Amino acid sequence: MGITTERAVETDPKKLEGLVDYKAVQLHFLAFFIYLAIVLLTGLSYSLQFLQKYPFPGVEILSPGRVRMVHTQGVAYGMLANGLFAILHYIIPKLTSFEVWSRKFGQALFWIYNTLVVGAVVLILAGYAQGLEWAETPKALDPLIAVTVVAMVVNWIVPMWKARAEPFYVSLWYILAALLWTPLVYVMGNFLPEYIFAGTAGAAISSMYIHDLVGLFVTPIGIAGVYYLLPVVMKRPLYSHALSIIGFWGLAFFYPLNSTHHYLYSPIPMWAQYASIVASIGVHVVVYTVIFNIFSTIGSDWKQLVTNRPVKWIFTGALFYLITCIQCAVQVTLSAQEIIHFTDWVVGHSHFVLFGVFTFWITAWVYWLLPRIWGVELYSNTLSRWHYWLAMLGIAIMQVDLLAAGLVQGMMWKAMAPFIESVSASVPFWWTRTFTGVMILTGEACFLVNIYMTWQESRRLKHGKKSLNLEVSREAH
Amino acid sequence: MKLIEKFSGVFLLAGFFLFFGATLSLGIVPALMVDRVHPRLGLPSEVPEDFKVYYASAQLYGDALLLGRDVYIAEACWHCHSQFVRPAGNETLRYGPVSTPGEYNTILHLPQLLGTRRVGPDLSREAGLKSNDWHFAHLWNPQGTVPESIMPRYPWLFDLDENGLPVPNAKGIALVAYLQNIGYEFKDRAMSQWDHNDVLMPPTEDLALETTPSSEATSSSGDEAWE
Repeated sequence: MGITTERAVETDPKKLEGLVDYKAVQLHFLAFFIYLAIVLLTGLSYSLQFLQKYPFPGVEILSPGRVRMVHTQGVAYGMLANGLFAILHYIIPKLTSFEVWSRKFGQALFWIYNTLVVGAVVLILAGYAQGLEWAETPKALDPLIAVTVVAMVVNWIVPMWKARAEPFYVSLWYILAALLWTPLVYVMGNFLPEYIFAGTAGAAISSMYIHDLVGLFVTPIGIAGVYYLLPVVMKRPLYSHALSIIGFWGLAFFYPLNSTHHYLYSPIPMWAQYASIVASIGVHVVVYTVIFNIFSTIGSDWKQLVTNRPVKWIFTGALFYLITCIQCAVQVTLSAQEIIHFTDWVVGHSHFVLFGVFTFWITAWVYWLLPRIWGVELYSNTLSRWHYWLAMLGIAIMQVDLLAAGLVQGMMWKAMAPFIESVSASVPFWWTRTFTGVMILTGEACFLVNIYMTWQESRRLKHGKKSLNLEVSREAH
Repeated sequence: MKLIEKFSGVFLLAGFFLFFGATLSLGIVPALMVDRVHPRLGLPSEVPEDFKVYYASAQLYGDALLLGRDVYIAEACWHCHSQFVRPAGNETLRYGPVSTPGEYNTILHLPQLLGTRRVGPDLSREAGLKSNDWHFAHLWNPQGTVPESIMPRYPWLFDLDENGLPVPNAKGIALVAYLQNIGYEFKDRAMSQWDHNDVLMPPTEDLALETTPSSEATSSSGDEAWE
């Protein structure tokens, strides 16, 4: 029961191509690359603090605590947001067959948004962070970011509004819902616990923000991207439309209810904690439908897993998505929480989700879209293979390592070992973690070099063509 | 055409109703419940004995607590130190009485600093566990007090005097004032029963009472109140 992946089939593909603002797409991908580098470097140097080998000890603006916030904020608002925005700039015009509201406005918003993110990094390093998890952007910048995000949403919702009469392809449901949720989530999470609700009341709201940022912004747009890209690169229809309906409505229903599982056993009312546990287990409906859909689509021509680069990245991301979500249902239970909460287990889980799943999916997009825009082949297959294996093995080993570290820490705490012994016992795990960080950094360096050389190649080609044209025209004269 | 595949369906049902339903039920309602049951606490009305040297009035002390809280946020202390004791994992033995919502309804927890990670120990029963001097020495060089510690140094919380020796500056003193205020109501009982840096087995006779701190027990020293 496959369906056509885009209405491009009915309209003129060339005309659709002209609707995409490729400048905005490339700008957002450029920002994605820059933040990717920043995030990896800050993460690696912060991990060295755990080995008492931090490269800048005693420097106020590079204090590990502040650098950690640059790492997490860079991941959320710098790297992932820009990667996803690039995908939105491509998908929405393609699926609605209308341009974004205004190209100039969209590009201006790119500069405004990224100026704000850079401003947030500078202010965090200067010591003006906000005390809310995943919302450390300084208080002064929050209203500006909120307004910018609303403006972006308007820019993208206009083409969807123009196409409202038709039923949407599944990617557009996810995108539309995410566009609506993102500003609401941002305002809720940055203002309510900062100014109105204190203590446990604030924690109830804040946990909602922690989860909704991933569940209602990153996840839906990431899945929308995969549902679009996979059929296009495989030239196969999506396996099941019905499953995608169940998955989408499951996400819309269960994800917003997951929040309190970040503060289990806390003084937040217990019924809210129980509700979030049940909803977190319910998320499996969402995950299995998405995973089954992706795997079955790939299964219809599984050889492409080897021959088709984006398919390989999507598959690996989906496999990791499945693993994290099985983990999720185990770790939200109160008996597991007793041991693993407050430990490195949670750190491992979040790295696996944000890097192993969503960064991999964005990587699939980069490998497919950028060479296509530039009209060249990828510079080096070898580099891209190194990238894949180093990043994939790096994050997989890091994951196993941090889960094990989490169990050791949690067990030692429960067994009443002196706290500092649990720190000493974790050191070998932290060495492994830093090592896997170096692996990932090396892999991503191959990626960045590869993309840069591909871009150089395209410039050379463009230049070459121009001069060639020039010669031809001279000859004609 | 089915509504659930169309713009209006996704927009209204998924975008608005499900999101607001969840936010109301799991965000706003618990928040209002807690707010109603426990009135918002203000800042302390007296300066503790140890801090009379630094702060002449309760007003100045209150301002220092807020400044200390801001330093705690700016340095992201809360990323590695949580501030709540769970009724699980033997935490009552290690840290002290289980946390209750009332403790947190204070201006010092706006925004909340419960935390989600323990690279270092929980701080919710920190008041009085260590001396002020220990805290200053620890912030200047954590490895000086705990050799295996992986906590970074915070030299910018100190100024150097004419002999080149570190003296805590306003921010440093405020941070220690804040740390010595976390869980202040449990101070005396914590002092008499726990020392969470070393192996700890609490006095057995008080075990049953740990989870139910009453206002009586916290206003005077723990042992007297229960005798």
